[in-house]
Parts: sequence; structure tokens; C-alpha cells
Amino acid sequence: MSDLAIQVKDLTRRFGDFIAVDRISFEVKEGEVFGFLGANGAGKTTAIRMLIGLLQPTGGSARVAGYDVATQAEQVKRSIGYMSQRFSLYEDLTPRENIRLYGGIYGLTREQIRTRTAQMLDRLGISSVADTAVRSLPLGWRQKLAFSVALVHQPRIVFLDEPTSGVDPITRRQFWELIYDAAANGTTVLVTTHYMDEAEYCDRISIMVAGRIAAMGAPMQLKRDSQVASIDELFVQLARPDGPTRPTRPSSPSGEGSR
Amino acid sequence: MTALGGLLRKEWFHIRRDRRTATVLIALPVVQVLLFGYAIRTDVDNVRLAVVDPAPDAQTISLRNRFAAADVFRTVAVVPRITDLDPLFESGAAQQAIVFYPGFSRDLGRGEPAKLLIITDATEPNTGSLLQSYAQAVVNQWVGGASRAGGAGGGVHIVPQVRMRFNPTRESKNLFVPGLMAFVLTIISSMMTAISLTREKETGTMEALLVSPLRPWQIIVGKVTPYLAIGFVSVVLVIVEALLVFHVPLRGSVPLLLVEGALYILVSLSLGILISARTSSQRVAMMFALLGTMLPNILLSGFIFPLESMPSALQAISYVVPGRWFVTIARGIMLKGIGFEYVWRETLFLAAMAAVLLAASVRSFNERLE
Amino acid sequence: MDAIKAEALEKRFATTVALDKVSFTIDQGELFGFIGPDGGGKTTLFRILVSLLTPDAGRAQVLGFDVVRDYRALRLRVGYMAGRFSLYPDLSVEENLTFFASVFGTTVEREYAQIEPIYAQLEPFRNRHAGALSGGMKQKLALCCALVHRPDVLFLDEPTTGVDAVSRREFWDLLGVLKQGGLTTVVSTPYMDEATRCDRVALMHRGKLLGLDAPSGIIAAFDRPLLGVHAAQRYKALLALRTYEHAQSAYPFGDVLHYTDARTDLPAEAIGADIKRFLDASGFSDASVEPLTPTVEDSFIARTESDPGSRTPDPGRFQ
Repeated sequence: MSDLAIQVKDLTRRFGDFIAVDRISFEVKEGEVFGFLGANGAGKTTAIRMLIGLLQPTGGSARVAGYDVATQAEQVKRSIGYMSQRFSLYEDLTPRENIRLYGGIYGLTREQIRTRTAQMLDRLGISSVADTAVRSLPLGWRQKLAFSVALVHQPRIVFLDEPTSGVDPITRRQFWELIYDAAANGTTVLVTTHYMDEAEYCDRISIMVAGRIAAMGAPMQLKRDSQVASIDELFVQLARPDGPTRPTRPSSPSGEGSR
Repeated sequence: MTALGGLLRKEWFHIRRDRRTATVLIALPVVQVLLFGYAIRTDVDNVRLAVVDPAPDAQTISLRNRFAAADVFRTVAVVPRITDLDPLFESGAAQQAIVFYPGFSRDLGRGEPAKLLIITDATEPNTGSLLQSYAQAVVNQWVGGASRAGGAGGGVHIVPQVRMRFNPTRESKNLFVPGLMAFVLTIISSMMTAISLTREKETGTMEALLVSPLRPWQIIVGKVTPYLAIGFVSVVLVIVEALLVFHVPLRGSVPLLLVEGALYILVSLSLGILISARTSSQRVAMMFALLGTMLPNILLSGFIFPLESMPSALQAISYVVPGRWFVTIARGIMLKGIGFEYVWRETLFLAAMAAVLLAASVRSFNERLE
Repeated sequence: MDAIKAEALEKRFATTVALDKVSFTIDQGELFGFIGPDGGGKTTLFRILVSLLTPDAGRAQVLGFDVVRDYRALRLRVGYMAGRFSLYPDLSVEENLTFFASVFGTTVEREYAQIEPIYAQLEPFRNRHAGALSGGMKQKLALCCALVHRPDVLFLDEPTTGVDAVSRREFWDLLGVLKQGGLTTVVSTPYMDEATRCDRVALMHRGKLLGLDAPSGIIAAFDRPLLGVHAAQRYKALLALRTYEHAQSAYPFGDVLHYTDARTDLPAEAIGADIKRFLDASGFSDASVEPLTPTVEDSFIARTESDPGSRTPDPGRFQ
């Protein structure tokens, strides 16, 4: 029984001539918090879709929670939790109803749902609004609730797609404490984010550029190896090896910016 | 390029690149007319035949077999009494019945005309008479054969009886198809503009259009015009279909019919714009477009239910159903061959409706987000 | 003349207060940022300023035009980039630009100088459908379309949200270039680090302005020393710090923990020494502590913490 939650080997996805994901390989251990970074269009979303069983690979292989994503997609879906950025909860339902809905979808018994609901509401500190429609709750609370709901069936692995996008700084950090909690309980977390400081919260990260993994490792190690002070700088280095595209000065006849 | 020109060009790109919608716009009316048209026609194959034979003997069985052997007929029931036919007709189990009069064989043998009652359930006068002819042909063939065998000297005297049933589509196909055209065209047109405008609201591009010099009338004209062109293509296709597939005559002026068709499309498009000027969700717009066009057109355009036999209150309401005017115009031009001097009143009504709807759209177009 | 002036703007949606008596002025030629998370009221504010919504109370003027009465004239002079991507995905880059130019009665050729710095980056993708562009490119295209008619004020609502770190940098570089041309630009963003690229910023949270100043001013207003703690076992050290008797707040910032103390009278070094001792005693012998210059994010956190109405519940601290 391997303790690898995710095993990816030469995973590839083509769309016609375009190679969105180009033979990526990596492993994630149980209980790790793994940051999956990359620029827009670098292939992150496509890679994740393959790992959660939503998209068939065109080459290579991946095993998630012990199941092959190409041939055992349904088992993969049952064994993981997923929090997407766009849609997480039903806005016109209350937190309690959302938990019951997802609990039911994942096959929890009524008793289990009751227990989990109490646990989750308590942990999040939102028992007072357990019966208010989600749409009236602030974004930060909703995101934290969505994360908990993704864990309602206590999956071994949870995939988070930009979970803290647009959320206020305090709640963002509280969210990461929830992630740490989950990891401490043995859940493996694979998270994508555009906040580079959050990359530092991960045990290991990978940075995708143009369909390939350009860097992978513990944040501390990567910074040391590339001699940069922050993951942000490393990211810039990798995504634009020739430096950021500098804007040209406007060639207006008014003589502005003619340095 | 002017602002309006830019709008038209953009809309053209959308339509051209959205293959699926363009196909629907053009193909759907054609398909619908076909489906509806054929669904209403009775199948002249597999005619469900019931037989009333109070005293079966060699002769009656021989004739019955002849019917059974004919491809067109399919015997579904053999009953002893004529009263047994009622439930069969009511339930639609039988479309036609042959009833042997008592003494059929005796009369035949004596050289006197033997009576055979043929009852046809009339769903449509044309088909009804067709079925009569078929039945007649089978009987004549049999008589011919029997004569050669030396048995039916007096021939068989067929008593035809057409059984009336209230059926709304008793209108002949010629009257029916123009109504069908109106029905189908209006749904497509109003749905398309309703969706197009609300799609801009849903995707957020409407915000960009609002914070610009564009005025509501420009946005509306920019939306209506391209769909008018497409709708016109639909009109042409549907008319061609009526001519070629259903053999509806076109006795009047083709250009006039096309112009009226275009005007009718314009009215439907304007209705769609008005609906979407007041809603911001594509689904709601589509629903209202369907409700606002389908129901009135089925009930009050004269398409299925004749207006003349309706209570005057409903007749009054039908005045504001655009379909009603177009159906009158189309029937007049196609079936009676009349010219503009006879339909100018109806045309005026349609033009007025278009103007009112467009003006209302411009007025109620919300220049802000709430 | 002020480019933009807002007085006590208020706006509610059903039971939510989107804007709560917001007032400010923005000078011509300024690059002004509204910084804050989603739900803060930024989008509502922008929509009011470009006349897409009307305020429930209060007034606002943009370039001297009242946003309610003079909306037609206003819409000719402003450029607006809406929150989500609001261009036509099935039109190409070039077609989108041409369309928006035509809507304002001009052409791309005529205004080319204005958009050149940005368009240069889009040029290789001229014929690609806008929907097929990456997030960063989409935003650059949207910026072009908002600029093509040479507005006097540019409103950009969260132009960098969902865009990767590098594209964000490039975007702000472009804004810097535009500023040099004299354009007044108003931007909203949830990314606190982008605040430093603005002349002045306003922090927005739950419909209120929490502070308005140059970034340096916001930082200078930080009312107590800020200390950075490095420790190998970051999370455990964080939890430990929070149990310290004088701790005011402790938050992770990347690989550093930001700590503030409740004792406002002590200098940074003394506090630093105290917590170093505490951490040593708690088993974090490798911890290092040093004073830090606060960032806008630190200021934001401090201000939202002290505003009880805006605090989100903290798991484990309540009930």
C-alpha cells in the first residue's frame, strides 16, 4: 500500500495540434499540502481536470487515491473532494441544506450527515447562520463553508481551485488554517492559487509553464536554488525568462515619455 | 464606420460564427412545417379496418380476405353488430369499417345488388374520399373476380357513409399550411431576438455598450436588422416547402407575399426585443417569447380553430395577434390570388404593430443596470 | 478641477449595504486604487461613477458631470472596463477593437498612438478569437477597447483578478505608461500588493472607506511596531505566538509570521526580545525575530480587525 496520494507519470493532453499538458510527472504524498501553480493558459486547469476524472488524458498516466484516472474515473470522483472557484454552493439553500445535499450525494447516512453538520458548523463558527441562505453570507464565510462541504465525506484527497480568490486578508489566512487542519488529519490537499504568498504555505509546489513543469520542490529549497527572495520572483523568472514584457513608450507626437 | 454600422457588423459576426443557432434559425422552421404538416395528414397506409359481419359465410369471408390482402388495409376487428363499431371509432382503433348488410350473400346469389356499407372516419375530407376510393376499388376487383366465377350478377351496391367527428383540423391542407407558416416563423423570430439581447446582458457585454455613445434605438435596430435578413430566408424556405411538399397553390403575387412575410417577421422580432428589453435572463426571455407567440398563434390566429366560430370577445382579442393578420394575407395571396388592394388593411395592421412594438422597446430599454 | 468627486454615496441591495456614506476626491492625472476584497463595494461604486447605477443617497461628479443627471455626456468621456471579461469571445482581437472604436465614432487607425503600448503585446494574436486568449491577454484587450476612444478618465474594475502574477505586473507597467500620458485612472483590486503602484489608495471593506492616502501614508499610519518571525515549524509557531499573553495579532505572510503586540508603549526591539524568549521557551529555538516595515495588507488587516462590524468569525475563537 503506497503512501502516495497522487502519482502522475508523463501525463499529456492534446487538443488537436495544441499540447495543453506536455508529459508532466510528479507525486504527492498523503497528508501533503501541494501547491499547483502556473500562469493562465499554462495547462494547470487542464491537468487538474484530468486528475479529478473530468477529462481523459491523451497520453501518460495518473493514479489518484489509488485509482487510475483514465479507466477508473468514477472511483476517483468518489474518493476525492473538489472545490471549484466558480461554483461551490447553492446560493438559495442554507448551509445546513447544502451540507445535507452533498452528504447525500456522497452516500452518507442521515446519522453521519447529522454528525458532520454539527462538527462543521461548530468548527467554522457559523452555527448562528446555519439556516440563513448562503447568498446572504459574506464571501469569506461562503468559501470556508464550501471547503468544509468538499470534505463532508472525508475524502483522502481534496482539490482546491483558487479557493481564496477575492477573499479578504483575514479570512484568507483563516482558510489556510482550515487547510492545515485537514492536512494534519491526513487529508492530502492540492491547491491552485494566484496569491504567491500562499505558495509559501505549501509543503511543496510545482510551477507549470507552457504545459510543462518548470520547477518543483519545497518553497524554501526553490528560493535558495534560484537565489530569489520570494516565490513571486521565481514565478516571474520562469514565466518570462526574457524578463517581463516591458511596455513600449507611446510614440505620440506630443513628446511625452520620450526617454 | 458609423456606430450603427459597427453594430451590424458585429451582429453579423455573431450569427455567422454561431453555427448552431444559424442552423436552428433556418432549418427549424422548415423542419417544423414538415413535421406538423405530415402529422396532420392521415396515413393512407395501414388503414385500420373494422368488419361487421352478422352472418359470415363463404362470400363475406371471401370479400373480407380480399380486403385483408390489400396492403392499404389492416383488419383490426371483426364484430357481429354495427353497434359494436362505436367504441372502435371513438377510441381510434378503427378508421374505416365495412358492414355487410344481412342477406348480402343471398342477394348476390339472386343477382340483386348486395348492400355493403362503408363507413369512413373523416379526419380530413381529402383523405376520407381517398379511403372511400380504395375500398371501392377492392370491392370492384372482388366483384370482377366473382362475376368470372359466375356468382355476382347484380354487382355490389356500396353505400358510402362518412362519419363526422369534431376535429379541428378538418380544414383542408391548403387553408392549414399558411397558418402553420405563421406559427412557426413567429416563434423562431421572437425567440432569437429575445435570446440575443439578453445574452448580452448575461455575459456582461451590455455594460460596455451602455457606457458608450450608443442610444437605445441604435442597439435595437442593430439587433433586429440581421435577424430580419435571416428570418426572410426562413420565409422563403417555408413558402417553397408549402409549394413543393404540400402542393399548396400560389395564385397571387410572389413579391407581395415575400414582402408581407418580411413584415410579419419584423413584428415578431420586435416582440422579441420588447420582451428582452424588460428581462435580463435568457431563460425567462425565451419563456415569455414562447408564451407570447405560441399560445396566441395556436388559439387565435385562425390557424387551427376558425375565428368565425369563436365568441366575439375572443375575436376582438385576435385583432392584436399578428398571426391572425398574416394568415389572412397569406391565404388570400396564395389561395385566392388577390392583390395588395385587398390586403392593405391587414398590412396596415401589421405595420402598425411593428411600429408600436419597436417604439415600446426603445422606450422601455433600460439605460442603466437596474 | 477634481476629476472625480463623491459625496456620501449610499447604495443598498435588498438587505445588504453595498456603500455606506462613501466620500472622496480624485485629482486629474492620478492613478488611484480602490483596494479591498470582494463584497467591499468596489464594483457598485464604479458602476455608480460610470452611470450604470444610481446611488440611493449622496452625489458624485465625474469631470464635472453629475453621474445621475448628465449621464449621456459622461458616457462619452469615460472609459470603462467591467469586472468580468465583457468583450465578445467569438470576435477576434481586431474585430473587438474595431467595433468599440466604431461605437465611439472613431477608428483604430486614428487612435493608434493611444493604445500602441498595449496593442504591441496583443498584435501577434490579432486574429485570434477573444475567447481563446489567456486571462492576462483578455484583460489587455479589454484595456485597449476601453482606451480606444481616448477617454479623459479610465475606470478599471478588478482588471487583474484571476490573472497570473506576471501578467499582473505587466498590466500595472502599462498603467504606469498611460499615466505618463496624463490619463486619470481609477482601478480596483483585491491584491493588496498592487496598492504600492498607485499614487493614492482607498481601502474598502463592507461598503466603507477604511483609509484614503498615498500608500506610504497608509503604512505610516500603522500605529504600532510590526515584527517578523521566521521559524521552521511555521504553523506551530503561529499557534504558539497567539497564546502569548501580550499578543495582539499573529498572521502568516508567506514564510514569515507578522506579529503585533498589545503593548503600544514598547519599542520594537524590546517586543522582539520578549517574543524571542517566549518562542525559545516554547521549543522554537531556531526562531528569529526582526522589525518589519508594514505593508498595505498589514494596515488593512489592522483596520478590519478593529472594526467589529466587519469582522468575520474566527474558527475556534468564538463560541
